[in-house]
Amino acid sequence: MFDVETYFHSVRLDEERCKGCTNCIKRCPTEAIRVRKGKARIIDERCIDCGECIRVCPYHAKKAITDPCDIISLYKYKVVIPAPSIYGQFKNAASRNHILTALKAIGFDEVYEVARAAEIVTNATKELISASASIKPYISSACPAVVRLIQVRFPSLIDNIIKLESPMEVAARIVKKRIEAELNIPQEDIGVFFISPCAAKATSVKAPYETDKSFVDGVISIKDIFLKVLNGLGRVKRPEELEQAGLDGIRWANSGGESLALGTDKFLAVDGIHNVITILEEIENDRIEDVDFIEALACTGGCLGGPLTVENVYVAKTRLKKFIDQARDKDFSKHGQGGDDALMWTGNVEYKPVMKLDKDFTKAMKKLEILETINKDLPGLDCGACGAPSCRALAEDIVRGSAIETDCIFKLREKVRELAVQMMELETKMPPVLDCERKKGK
Amino acid sequence: MSDGIIRLKFDILPNDMSAAGEASSGVKKVLNQLGVEPQKIKKAAIAMYEAEINAVIHGGGGIAEVVIDKEYIEVKIRDEGPGIADIELAMQEGYSTASDEIREMGFGAGMGLPNMKRYSDKLVIESEVGKGTTVTIVVNL
Repeated sequence: MFDVETYFHSVRLDEERCKGCTNCIKRCPTEAIRVRKGKARIIDERCIDCGECIRVCPYHAKKAITDPCDIISLYKYKVVIPAPSIYGQFKNAASRNHILTALKAIGFDEVYEVARAAEIVTNATKELISASASIKPYISSACPAVVRLIQVRFPSLIDNIIKLESPMEVAARIVKKRIEAELNIPQEDIGVFFISPCAAKATSVKAPYETDKSFVDGVISIKDIFLKVLNGLGRVKRPEELEQAGLDGIRWANSGGESLALGTDKFLAVDGIHNVITILEEIENDRIEDVDFIEALACTGGCLGGPLTVENVYVAKTRLKKFIDQARDKDFSKHGQGGDDALMWTGNVEYKPVMKLDKDFTKAMKKLEILETINKDLPGLDCGACGAPSCRALAEDIVRGSAIETDCIFKLREKVRELAVQMMELETKMPPVLDCERKKGK
Repeated sequence: MSDGIIRLKFDILPNDMSAAGEASSGVKKVLNQLGVEPQKIKKAAIAMYEAEINAVIHGGGGIAEVVIDKEYIEVKIRDEGPGIADIELAMQEGYSTASDEIREMGFGAGMGLPNMKRYSDKLVIESEVGKGTTVTIVVNL
């Protein structure tokens, strides 16, 4: 698996491809990117792995660290757990069973749908919401980028997060424990691989906040496995009966799907990281009334719009609809087991005060004061030419000591002009020995 | 400057509900950078937001002046609107003089002043009919 680092995050920069343009710095919701020496630099502790920069980069210089497909050969017994968003990727798939059969044929011993585990999480969420009226509204933890966003920018909402394991984690735990018990295979020989639409999920496995160690052994992106499944699909003559999830589970791939599964009208579903920020602001201001549940997804359109998917999100939605209709006729969701306490997180998320200017309050006040003064003096164009996303961010970088005022090209030009004026003035002044026009006594 | 106190000033535009909340949002960002406890940021932000909304709805806009000291944050929101005739009555939950249009937008439920009181450690309302209203909110840090 990938390297261990203090602040692990999956989104990385491809130095070769980066042109040092300002597209990514402007879109980053946590102002985590600066351009330095002609390359974009990600400030690790601020990155929430939303993947917004991957999407916006015209040079494809942002990538997500996931595992290569051949990681599966490291384990004796191989299980694949695909995210529901996989169903929206294939044009000619007749049924989910076809996709799952083709996926399994790549070299897995078993398939277990994360959509099935999503239904278990739905049941647990229902119980949690009906049991407690003290927290309102609850915020889903399904999207790890949103959880991390709350940690960094909305700490007062940490208590509102539903601390239930993600469907991915539940799926991995269920299959591992069952295989260990039924087939008598030790857990370390079982490899469970998540097929992921996004970078944030890779981070969840490498640096989980809900538990000490994830039950998932590898994360493969939909992009990386797409062609293998596509090639296999044509060869599937008689698909295996592999689908277990009902429409409630597979709908999770869509924005609003998790909410609909809860069977309540008192929900609000928001997608796209910048829209999510607006809604979180509203919740912080106590403006959201009569809502018990907030489904917030970082990607536009939900997981189907993930940066590591292949198909356009709207096309994928139409494709998924077919499978939702098929699932409606079958209706598996009834046979689900109820929520159990084991789904609660054993770990917790803490406030990450990465925006703080200084550990010491008095020093932070001082820095803020200087920051405001500098900011007032900057042009306010937010052009990004200094490498920071806005004038205020540059002012912040200056007080943090990582930038100087003349990084602003307008400030620099002002300085150059002042200098030119001074030079012109000096040019007119002649030393007395050369100055023929100088009058006596002057 | 340099007396260790931070002063911020924001304009509150009249009749622009979509821009309402920008000032409190800006203050929130600043408090975050200072590393103020999240729950206290929330208190200050909600109280200020309510006052800001009031200035937009009733006061015809105004200005917000924010002072941040080591021990407290003080938000003063001033408008030159119609003023409040009976402050005690206005403080009651559910009492509102907002128009139907405003209510249709989901505002004007008569919770503004009560909310401000709930979320602030000190609330002072000075108002003169025909002249305007000044709301001072203090949240201890």
